[in-house]
Amino acid sequence: MELGPYLLLATLEGAVTAAVLALTASGLALVFGVMRVVNVAHGEFFMLGAVIAWWVASHIGGAPVWGFTAALVLAPLIVGAIAAAADMTVLKRLDYDPERTIVATIGLLYILQQATLMTYGPDARPVEPPFNQRLALPWIEWTETGLGLYWPWGLSTTSYKLAVIGAAVVVLLGIWALMTRTRIGLLMRATQLDRDMALAFGIPVERVYALVFGLGAALAALAAVLIVPIQQAHYLMGHDPLLLSFIVVIIGGLGSLPGTILAAIFIGLTDGIISVFFSPTLAKILATLLVALVLVFRPQGLFGTRAA
Amino acid sequence: MIRSLALHLGLVALLFALHFVLPPYHHGNLARVMVLATYAIGYNLLFGYTGLLSLGHALFFAAGMYGMALSVQYLGAAPAPALLLGLVAGLVVAGITGALALRTTGVAFMIVTLMFAQAGYLTILYFGEYTRGDEGFVIQQAQRVLWGLDLSQPTWRYMAAWALFSACLLGSLALIRRPFGRTLIAIRENEERARMLGYDTFAHKWVAVVLSGGISALAGAAYGLLFGYAGASFASVQYSIFPLLWVLLGGAGTILGPFVGTLFMFYLIDLSSGITTAYMLMAGVVLVLLTLFAPQGLIGELRRRVWGWLP
Amino acid sequence: MILTTKGLTRHFHGLKAVQSVDFTLQKGEVRALIGPNGAGKTTFVSLLCGRIPPTSGSVTFDGADITALPAHRRIRMGMAYTFQITSIFAGLSVAENVRLAARSQAGRHGSTPLDALDRVGLSGRDDMLAGDLSYGHQRLLEIAMGLAQSPRLLILDEPTQGLSDGEIAGFKALIRDLAGDTTILLIEHNMSVVMETADRVSVLNFGEILAEGTPAEIHANPAVQAAYLGTG
Repeated sequence: MELGPYLLLATLEGAVTAAVLALTASGLALVFGVMRVVNVAHGEFFMLGAVIAWWVASHIGGAPVWGFTAALVLAPLIVGAIAAAADMTVLKRLDYDPERTIVATIGLLYILQQATLMTYGPDARPVEPPFNQRLALPWIEWTETGLGLYWPWGLSTTSYKLAVIGAAVVVLLGIWALMTRTRIGLLMRATQLDRDMALAFGIPVERVYALVFGLGAALAALAAVLIVPIQQAHYLMGHDPLLLSFIVVIIGGLGSLPGTILAAIFIGLTDGIISVFFSPTLAKILATLLVALVLVFRPQGLFGTRAA
Repeated sequence: MIRSLALHLGLVALLFALHFVLPPYHHGNLARVMVLATYAIGYNLLFGYTGLLSLGHALFFAAGMYGMALSVQYLGAAPAPALLLGLVAGLVVAGITGALALRTTGVAFMIVTLMFAQAGYLTILYFGEYTRGDEGFVIQQAQRVLWGLDLSQPTWRYMAAWALFSACLLGSLALIRRPFGRTLIAIRENEERARMLGYDTFAHKWVAVVLSGGISALAGAAYGLLFGYAGASFASVQYSIFPLLWVLLGGAGTILGPFVGTLFMFYLIDLSSGITTAYMLMAGVVLVLLTLFAPQGLIGELRRRVWGWLP
Repeated sequence: MILTTKGLTRHFHGLKAVQSVDFTLQKGEVRALIGPNGAGKTTFVSLLCGRIPPTSGSVTFDGADITALPAHRRIRMGMAYTFQITSIFAGLSVAENVRLAARSQAGRHGSTPLDALDRVGLSGRDDMLAGDLSYGHQRLLEIAMGLAQSPRLLILDEPTQGLSDGEIAGFKALIRDLAGDTTILLIEHNMSVVMETADRVSVLNFGEILAEGTPAEIHANPAVQAAYLGTG
């Protein structure tokens, strides 16, 4: 394939990565933004989403679309409930002390991951996509008769991948509406601004926290359900999304949702395109170093503005 | 003062004596625990005594291990200079990453150290041609003879681990009694106050990172040499979490804590891996329970409840 | 002249906390710094000892321009600073607190660490954890840490806040005892302490020096009364 079509393909793949990453990372950003909690177990909520999706889909017969739809509803709900329970039994008792919370979520990471290993096992298992037409894409070329279209071999995507991108956009718009247009969003923003003041005004901060922690985890689970027909479910699959989400949240300016989404698109797309030219490992090394240096020299993030 | 010196010298003597009585299986385990506890001592210097929580110490452990192993493998270095190269590698890496990471505090410091360590781990994978990546490589028995002592033999392996551990244990005890160590504790307790008493807190913290990284690197180099293997898994996040877990379990900011925590956790994982492959589950449960119910760790609780004089 | 500032200014996001202050301290004098809440007193002394950098202007200490020096270097030159909000090593013993204060001044020494505890009336409590002291005693420990540094310039930010009447009387005696050897800059709200200990008084209002003079002059100054003392 020539470079032009190849880049288009990389961009399309990158857009899928960016969509899933934007969902996962906004869950992490939401939790950090409102609760000031760094949730190291976030990747495991992603993994749980995928594993539960497999479990639900394999228990529901009929056309793949039924199993997948059920998973799309159930997996985020179950994972959100688990996360809210973890918040109420562990994090709340630590009074959300930043350092102790990180240590506790590291513990939670191993508990979720290893419990999955004990029950679900070490195998990678697929979930069938509800629909999956291959869509060949054209490319333009200069011929003797002027501009012409042709279909390079291998330049294609699937209807499902396009649907993933669309779904991510819809969900993110929903989150934005939830935060800005609803009463519960108002409560979250009030809690984020000043926890003590919120308490004084009678906002049930504890319940808001449990809700936010659950919602953050549910977003990760939803992202995983969307990606599992492309990637397969495995008990160690939470590692990369966690790392990438960290990168995105930090570059996007800790806890800012618009910054996070911008950064997810940036990282998702560049990850796809850089991988065309460099090895993926080198790309990851550069990305992690970039994050470390952003935190050292520009803690408000690349897209954030300095808080007054 | 005399009590605590007697206690620590007693532990050193006990570990020496155990060499002669332990059955081979536990003898081998204890040698491993002593090297890993040395790593924990290095970690504790920064986390327990200076109050800086790093999530990236595997970087220093691996710098020591690979500094040693690569120079044995590709430069044909003898064990002693190889250990020294491992130590130097750790000191240099700690010096550079420390100078950068210390510009941040709290949660940002934790994430920066995590990211540096991740970059280090990926770098080892990237140069897989030399490091053999996750698979790692074996250091041949012939290359592990230090001053005529064959470190692949259980006896000399145990004695080398014992010597390293004892030196670092007594060294850290001496350090926290010296003005420099007292200042580190002051920084942990109230950094702004220490600064406004005229202490250069950045310089003190930087030296603490370098010392802590140096001890960790020495432990990593010794681990590779004594057990004849270097692999990328020792640079992974898990090996940054382990010393945190051991130190939290044993008691952060106590001299005995790192050893006690490493010993407990080693046997806990050893026992549970006999039952299930998911042995890291124990690590997770212990971490959550510790943060919830015993943030001071075993020795910390002992100091709080019974022996207030424990260093 | 032990300390001079020229045009010392500090803005916080447009707020003029300290506005081009020219200020001098004579060696050995006791100076009180007063002014209404939010007048910039704590910001001003923080600029002197280097806790925060100035927006513009300069600070000269003992003939040397120290504007660019970090806090710890200034402290080592012979400044000591006690915090408005008690800042001690709560997890360490009382003796260790003063020892840490005394030790940073390597090479210079006046009183031994335990003398400093004696002088503020905390002797016999060396082995207690500093965090277990009562609030008033923690304030006294903070002052003792300042004394243990044997400073040439001692900056005290509201030292008597939270002290009992008896302790305040002891504090006044202590300041009179130190006067002459040690230059003292005292932020103080308690007027009896100001009137009885200070050689001179400076009044800060909206980040600027409003007036300067002897306690009696300041007490009689109508502008100061309007800004701060009420009808006195």
